[in-house]
Amino acid sequence: MKLDPNKNLDIDNILKDLDKYRPRRKGWTWRKKLPPGTKKGDFEFYDISEDLKNSIPLPTAHYFGNIDPQPDAVITSEIASGRFEEDIRRMRMAAWHGADHIMVIRTLGQSHIDSLIEGTPEGIGGIPITRKQLRASRKACDLIEDEVGRPINFHSYVSGVAGPEIAVLFAEEGVNAAHQDPQYNVLYRGINPIRSFVDAAVAKHIMAEEGMLQIDGAHNANASAKKAWNVMPELLVQHGINSLYSVKAGMKKENIALSTVPPTTVPSPEFRMNLIYAMTLREVFKDYKFRAQMNTRYIESDLFDATRVHVLNTVLSKLTSADIQSTITPDEGRNVPWHINSIRGVETAKHTMVSLDDIKEYVQINEEKVRPQIRDLKMRAILMLEEIIEKGGYFEAVEDGMFVDNGYYPERQGDGIARPKDGGIGAGSVVPRDEDYMAPVCNHFGYNNLPKDEEYDKVCDLIGGCTLHNPDKIQYIDELDETDNVEQRMSNYRENKKKGLIKPEVEWSHDGVIQIDMTIPDTPEYAEAAALEICKKMNLEDPQVISKTVLHPSEGTYVEIKAKVPFFVKRDELTLPKKPDVMEPEELFEYFKNRKVKVVAGTVGNDEHNVGLREILDIKHGGIEKYGVKYTYLGTSVPPEKMIDAAIEIGADAILASMIVTHNDIHIESMKKLHELAIEKGIRDKVKIIVGGTQINNDMAKANGMDAGFGRGTKGLHVATYLAKNLD
Amino acid sequence: MEPRKDDFEVRSKKLQKMTDEQLDNYFWELVEKVVDPMIDMASKNTSQSIERSVLLRMGFNSMQAKELVNKIFEKNLLSKGAGHIVWKVAKENNISVKEAGEKMVDGQLWDEVDRIFKGGENV
Repeated sequence: MKLDPNKNLDIDNILKDLDKYRPRRKGWTWRKKLPPGTKKGDFEFYDISEDLKNSIPLPTAHYFGNIDPQPDAVITSEIASGRFEEDIRRMRMAAWHGADHIMVIRTLGQSHIDSLIEGTPEGIGGIPITRKQLRASRKACDLIEDEVGRPINFHSYVSGVAGPEIAVLFAEEGVNAAHQDPQYNVLYRGINPIRSFVDAAVAKHIMAEEGMLQIDGAHNANASAKKAWNVMPELLVQHGINSLYSVKAGMKKENIALSTVPPTTVPSPEFRMNLIYAMTLREVFKDYKFRAQMNTRYIESDLFDATRVHVLNTVLSKLTSADIQSTITPDEGRNVPWHINSIRGVETAKHTMVSLDDIKEYVQINEEKVRPQIRDLKMRAILMLEEIIEKGGYFEAVEDGMFVDNGYYPERQGDGIARPKDGGIGAGSVVPRDEDYMAPVCNHFGYNNLPKDEEYDKVCDLIGGCTLHNPDKIQYIDELDETDNVEQRMSNYRENKKKGLIKPEVEWSHDGVIQIDMTIPDTPEYAEAAALEICKKMNLEDPQVISKTVLHPSEGTYVEIKAKVPFFVKRDELTLPKKPDVMEPEELFEYFKNRKVKVVAGTVGNDEHNVGLREILDIKHGGIEKYGVKYTYLGTSVPPEKMIDAAIEIGADAILASMIVTHNDIHIESMKKLHELAIEKGIRDKVKIIVGGTQINNDMAKANGMDAGFGRGTKGLHVATYLAKNLD
Repeated sequence: MEPRKDDFEVRSKKLQKMTDEQLDNYFWELVEKVVDPMIDMASKNTSQSIERSVLLRMGFNSMQAKELVNKIFEKNLLSKGAGHIVWKVAKENNISVKEAGEKMVDGQLWDEVDRIFKGGENV
């Protein structure tokens, strides 16, 4: 099975024969770095990795020969729609934009389920992680990685009370990476501390043996603390505990990635504080990997605000280091992430990292300035460890509330999260292994009294093979719930699809959600009420304000609203704009060889934007000059009178007028003026007047007396074709 | 916890003389002191999830694993290892591990379990 870029992912095909599907590889994959100085287009790059086979480059790429250099760091996209069949479509979008680490968020409450879930029930804020969901997603990732030409690392969470089972499931199904940190269970999930650590060692060992990459959970401390910048010493301690615990459970340091988030943001003097933290961490944990994530603690509903924070966070990654750059969708502060915002997150990371290629060779940190602060932070972390040991160990320290306190250690505000050693979910469920304890399987951590009188090469020979060595032993359960499963959800989807019905979507097929924005010249309260009323009058359903920006307390409020469209449109009833009719270059060369054509060109009125026009004209951009048209370029901000006079003077066959500025319909005025002046001077029937610009289209141009209008995406070829077909 | 003022200056006196490398090493030395007792505890203990993870690796599905571990836990035999119990019962009855486990899910062979693991040589 192969994906066709022009066709939707066929979910039915993904679901077919899933019981027999096996992951094609296990373990983590890094990007393949290219040698320093590798050329892409006109430019040399030093921190990039291999190109994708199929990709969507950044918006400006068309000025640069459509290059799409890929940063050397793995880029993560987090996906959390609650329906895996929708998740996999977004994975495909994200992969095309440059994500190769797909992190699937779990449904609310899964960490408290003391066993595995089966089938494909719908989740809330994430997906129920099950064998079927993992297998279908992994199968989709395998197809997508073939399509883009780069391995995709598939990731989820080995936390909660069923950690060891989930680790086995992940190992069996080819999940490449996972979050695993017992401290997360303890502090934020209220799971018994002893159970968490006992389970974690087993889970980590299984992950280690499959070469899975681990991400820890320390970043949750700065996601939880009100004054996240104060938990920096504790973050070092948390990273330290999970990292060394993992190593002792059998994990290689290169498979352990610290989850690090710049702890503060503006309006604090963010960058210098985050820099010290990032440098300290990278020094103390120099043998480990770094997964840098953008800050979510202070994310608001404003997409631009979030994006600015994320850009600065990624700058910090480039100035220090990041093996994995995670992305957070900029809409996390306002809704469950939408398709477009997953893509924006990936683009923000790619954009920033490519723009800062090789920057460390040019910019150096002032060692004299940072050193005392780095030492200060290290010492604070050390003092915290000393106190933990004085108290009798980790469990006692947690019991006393030493963690996620808002004080800057050793300062304490007394508001830390306290968890009793013998309390919480799963308390009392840990059992000492007897002297004859035995587990006849591979990759098992801890004491194991394997039989001495049996002969075997690997442990599972005792039972004729385990699922990790013989995947045919894995039992596949399809569905347990007759009403809550992918088949049920797909029936509507299939029906709509078959009828060719189209509805907008942000998250799920045919969810009908659209976003509209408006500025209301009133106070925030009235603006919000007015916006909702306007949506109702437009017959939109369930309008909700998702973000509000006060432009002034009374002069204006910008409001963004989401609402549902209550209707479908039919695909086969749509009329597509005609593709511009272009002639073959050879035909054009021949035409302009025989018919000498002269044009005058310029940007009209008070308009200094000449980049587009130069592209239409110049030979080096594939402009009309290439085909043999002679042009006289009059420059920018040319008055209409001057254009007409110049056309008369050189005997032009056509006038090419560029109009980018469209404020107050100034472009309409200019068109009319050109037309009238040409009539006045008696040349209107001798000269074609052609206008172009990003907001121009042919109908509008013709309605205002022009012969033709060209909009966004026009090339010299289109204009040359027009001239060849329409001149006498 | 009781609030406390920042007494960093006093408490860090002994650390100020250390080089950066010494600080890093000391940091890891302390982390090890925190981690070692916990990893030791983990190697000597087990849980229902751990035992279910063993049964999964032996080829049981999640529902069977849950059922078996619940029964074994009720019988206070988790300390023997759930996989161990199924393996031993299979061996004694000369049937496959899978068959033994399935029978046990159906409520059979538990007297065998009692016989082997209580009062027998394995206690």
